[in-house]
Amino acid sequence: MEYVSPEGLRLDGRRPMEMRQIRGEIGAVAKADGSAVFEMGNTKVIAAVYGPREVQNRSQQMNDQALVRCEYSMANFSTGDRMRKPKGDRRSTEISLVIRQTMEACIMTHLMPRSQIDIFVQVLQADGGTRSACINAATLALADAGIPMRDLVTSCSSGYLNSTALLDLNYVEDSAGGPDVTVGFLPKLDKVTLLQMDAKLPLDIFENVMQLAIEGCKAVANYIRELLLENTKQLEYRRGV
Amino acid sequence: MLHSKSFVKKTRGGKVTKVVREHYLRDDIYCGASICKVCDPSVARLSASASTILILDTNVVLNQIDLLENPAIDDVVLLSIVLEEVKNKNLSVYNRVRSICSNSLRKFFVFSNEHHKDTYVKEMDGESKNDRNDRAIRVATQWYQTHLGGATRVLLLTNDRENKRKANEEGISAETVETYVKSLGRPDLLDLLVQNASGDVGMEDVEDLRPSKRKILYTEHKPMSEITSGLHRGIYHQGKLRVNRYNPFEAYVGSESIGDEIIIYGRTNMNRAFDGDIVAVELLPQDQWHEEKSLSIADEEDEEEEGVHLVPGSADDAPRTTGQLQGSSGETAPVSFRPSGRVVGIIKRNWHSYCGSLEPMPKPAGSGGIAHALFVSKDRRIPKIRIQTRQLENLLDKRIVVAVDSWDRLSRYPSGHYIRTIGEIGDRDTETEVVLIENDINSRPFSSQVLACLPPLPWSVSPEDLTNPIRQDLRHLRVFSVDPPGCKDIDDALHCTSLPNGNFEVGVHIADVTNFVQPGTPLDEEATQRGTSVYLVERRIDMLPKPLTEDICSLRADVERLAFSVIWEMTPEAEIISTRYTKSVIKSCAAMSYIEAQAKMDDSRLMDPLTTDLRNMNTLAKIMRLRRIERGAITLASAEVKFQIDTETHDPLDIGMYQIREANQMVEEFMLAANVSVSEKILKHFPLCSLLRRHPIPTREMLQPLLLTAAAVGLNLDVSSSKALADSLDRAVGDDPYFNKLIRILATRCMTQAVYFCSGDLSPPEYHHYGLATPIYTHFTSPIRRYADVIVHRLLAASLGIYKLPVIFQDRPQLTSIADNLNYRHRNAQMASRASVELHTLIYFRKRPTDTEARIVKIRSNGFIVFLPKFGIEGPVYLTQRGENGGGEWFVDEQQQKIKKMDGSLSYSVLQAVRIHLEVVEPQPNRPKLHLSLL
Repeated sequence: MEYVSPEGLRLDGRRPMEMRQIRGEIGAVAKADGSAVFEMGNTKVIAAVYGPREVQNRSQQMNDQALVRCEYSMANFSTGDRMRKPKGDRRSTEISLVIRQTMEACIMTHLMPRSQIDIFVQVLQADGGTRSACINAATLALADAGIPMRDLVTSCSSGYLNSTALLDLNYVEDSAGGPDVTVGFLPKLDKVTLLQMDAKLPLDIFENVMQLAIEGCKAVANYIRELLLENTKQLEYRRGV
Repeated sequence: MLHSKSFVKKTRGGKVTKVVREHYLRDDIYCGASICKVCDPSVARLSASASTILILDTNVVLNQIDLLENPAIDDVVLLSIVLEEVKNKNLSVYNRVRSICSNSLRKFFVFSNEHHKDTYVKEMDGESKNDRNDRAIRVATQWYQTHLGGATRVLLLTNDRENKRKANEEGISAETVETYVKSLGRPDLLDLLVQNASGDVGMEDVEDLRPSKRKILYTEHKPMSEITSGLHRGIYHQGKLRVNRYNPFEAYVGSESIGDEIIIYGRTNMNRAFDGDIVAVELLPQDQWHEEKSLSIADEEDEEEEGVHLVPGSADDAPRTTGQLQGSSGETAPVSFRPSGRVVGIIKRNWHSYCGSLEPMPKPAGSGGIAHALFVSKDRRIPKIRIQTRQLENLLDKRIVVAVDSWDRLSRYPSGHYIRTIGEIGDRDTETEVVLIENDINSRPFSSQVLACLPPLPWSVSPEDLTNPIRQDLRHLRVFSVDPPGCKDIDDALHCTSLPNGNFEVGVHIADVTNFVQPGTPLDEEATQRGTSVYLVERRIDMLPKPLTEDICSLRADVERLAFSVIWEMTPEAEIISTRYTKSVIKSCAAMSYIEAQAKMDDSRLMDPLTTDLRNMNTLAKIMRLRRIERGAITLASAEVKFQIDTETHDPLDIGMYQIREANQMVEEFMLAANVSVSEKILKHFPLCSLLRRHPIPTREMLQPLLLTAAAVGLNLDVSSSKALADSLDRAVGDDPYFNKLIRILATRCMTQAVYFCSGDLSPPEYHHYGLATPIYTHFTSPIRRYADVIVHRLLAASLGIYKLPVIFQDRPQLTSIADNLNYRHRNAQMASRASVELHTLIYFRKRPTDTEARIVKIRSNGFIVFLPKFGIEGPVYLTQRGENGGGEWFVDEQQQKIKKMDGSLSYSVLQAVRIHLEVVEPQPNRPKLHLSLL
């Protein structure tokens, strides 16, 4: 199938190096310590963060650092056809793990020993790139909760179809069967904390594709930073400082 | 610049699901006109001087693609919505349009109207998809009109009346294609127009419109829904229709659902299906399975007679034999009761363009008027095609290309339109061109991208190549090559040295083509497509560009060349002790022809090292050959002929059978051994993705004609295994020295050809190569002229750990499709060379009517088929006039394979020698053909 037309437009009208429209909103769940909604095109996820708080299961408590837990789930209504998936299926478990590891790498866990941080992410609407959207939402929520972090970790995916590197794949492009590279990135430190791909790709092409994903991460980071600044200004204003 | 819009798109599948997709509308899509001040001029494609910019409707693109391919039509804007619709309706037209768009000489611009913020239209309530798309086309046209602000005329071409009316109402100038083409004042373009079947355009053949003449000739095709349900319930069977090359009124549909071929007799039952169409077939009641034969011939007025042609090389080229011998009398011939059926619907058309000429007809009185003519394709499987033309007098003696548009159930022939002229009938270049087109052979020069992949000339082995650890320096060896005289693409060389322990080291060195053809480059892709070099009588169409073929890769004498070597240690009894494979650098010391090599070996005075090598090799080869025959390899014979061509005029000067010498067999033997060794090696390393070659065991049914002939001359052939057949062929010696060869030729043509396949697709017992009697086989020794060998070279290099296996080998479906393409190209190349030989035979005999000896190979009801060994051709000799069909005077003895005169005064039996007079006759002007008559 033709995923990029000879005119250089993708199926949804984007050019290969363009992301979908992104939008973030801080404070979606009042009860949580921090929360956010993050949208990448039609993909929409909500994240809620509780903590740092007392460790629930004493046996898991660590004396030198905080325990980070993450739970990923997809709402039943998130895909077009309603599917009742059992909780804790392999895909969700894997994504939970991926998100936990990515977030753990940027949270300064050593500052909060003997405590626990819970991150809940749920996909409200799925249209490809849920992994990236979840990480971005979690970052926003963690920042909202005021948890100390080394940097804002952001994520974006990229792929390679019709001999073209594509940024931010949507569902149609994702299910084309080509490679899908998801990158988690610390923009200030210029470090990659997550790199996933489940296909084969020649090394030189892979580097280009990964570089493209990193550029995407940087763009997301800029947006998130602006969003947080704006949010802080709002808070300041409300407090009347 | 980003503007997002989500919309409900469509439902799909059995279930109804709502699909929501994003749709971005942009403001950075440019109009492509160079006169435009606002848009980015770097992407402009339309010429600045264009007086009119054309915007096309979907149906115009779909139907008039031949017109669009003509360079007279230019400055065209194609809307992305139109392209999308074209793609959904007809992929081949889409690909053709796309190739016009990417051609830098044509001024076609693709405007992505669906993503432009001003030209995107939303579906309105109650508006059908078609109406919405038509509206989108009009909106885009209007946008162009206002955008360019009257600097040029923007013209919408549509043949849809409603669309045209609406366009005019909205102030858009719109015209039908016909009126536009007429306004150009080019009558030749009008011929390219497709006559619209739906009647939107008022041009119809008058003769057929009279109600009295409008007789329904064919049954209606069933609607798709009925076909699908019928296929589901097992009433209909789906398959690809293949028309018998030698009898266009007989076709076969290979059906998986009943596991057998369904035969379809006659045009009525074929019901307008073409060769290659995917059709739905209904089986006829069993009692009608047999009688069809006589019926089919009867309802055709234009029964064609069989011409003189080359002797078929294998069963694939030969006429199908079912029921061939049954003729006048309802006799006892063992015609298997195969299911016959009729076509009820066509699932997918395989229409493309066809080469041929117009049926001779009187020239029209006045010129310039519209004339109807019947087009006869060179390919006999294609029915005649009715075309309209305004240049009849020009076309009558030309070879032309014609496309099919439609086939109405009221008309006997499909209607089509003229595309282009190739040249005069009978002209050698024209006819060669026809041969190439017919066999889908790309004879265009290589593109600049492909040529850019070549190493710079003059090329020589570089020091890096010599120091490369993967490459062994074998320049000290006495390597030589033996090839046909005048061979420029030498891809194999040999060496043979005696070792101190009495054994021999024998090496086969093959040109290292993969060193220059890297996977994924344009050069590689082009070679994949071409698949093989094509050898015609007077020219060669290369798979790889000439510098590679004739210089860089060619293992010429006294130059250093890169090679891929297979080196064995052999005992004097030709037992292989060890095998070693390596990339190497060699320096050939002699490039001999077969004749030279043979002369060296035969001259007992010569004792130089090279001759000794040759003799040693020959001794080994003889043992290997004997052992191979022992295993059951069949010595096949072919009736290959060789022309001597005049260097000035390229006309054939002499013609004769190709002579096979011991030297040929020697080289062949080592090539076979190399191929077998390599196939073992690659299969061991890559059991799932090797490219091998197999030769299926012929079924008893296929060998039937051979057995019948043999029985008639009192010969008993055992066909239970290849070994048994080979032995009985050896025993088949008559008083006649040519008898054995004749029987072998007959045996060869009963077998199918060997095919390439991907080892993962079949199970190991099926890998068997029947003719060579080896369990596995592949092609390794001619990478310059066969792409299969290039693939095998890569596999071998990967199995040695020299290079990584290219990604493509991990994709089995793709490998299978490459193998299929190779088989297709290989077959076409063979057909083309045969056709080329046939053409030259005709040219040769044009000035030289000849008397010669011939053999009867088959008895017909009204004569017999003779084979002319000297020229490698065969053709019919009629004892009675056509039409009488042997009635009365002659009768056929089926058992004895004899045709006898009623009074018993004369009889001819199969394999009998007769004298034949051979001449070229022209029963119709410009249609020369060979005619055989009994002396």
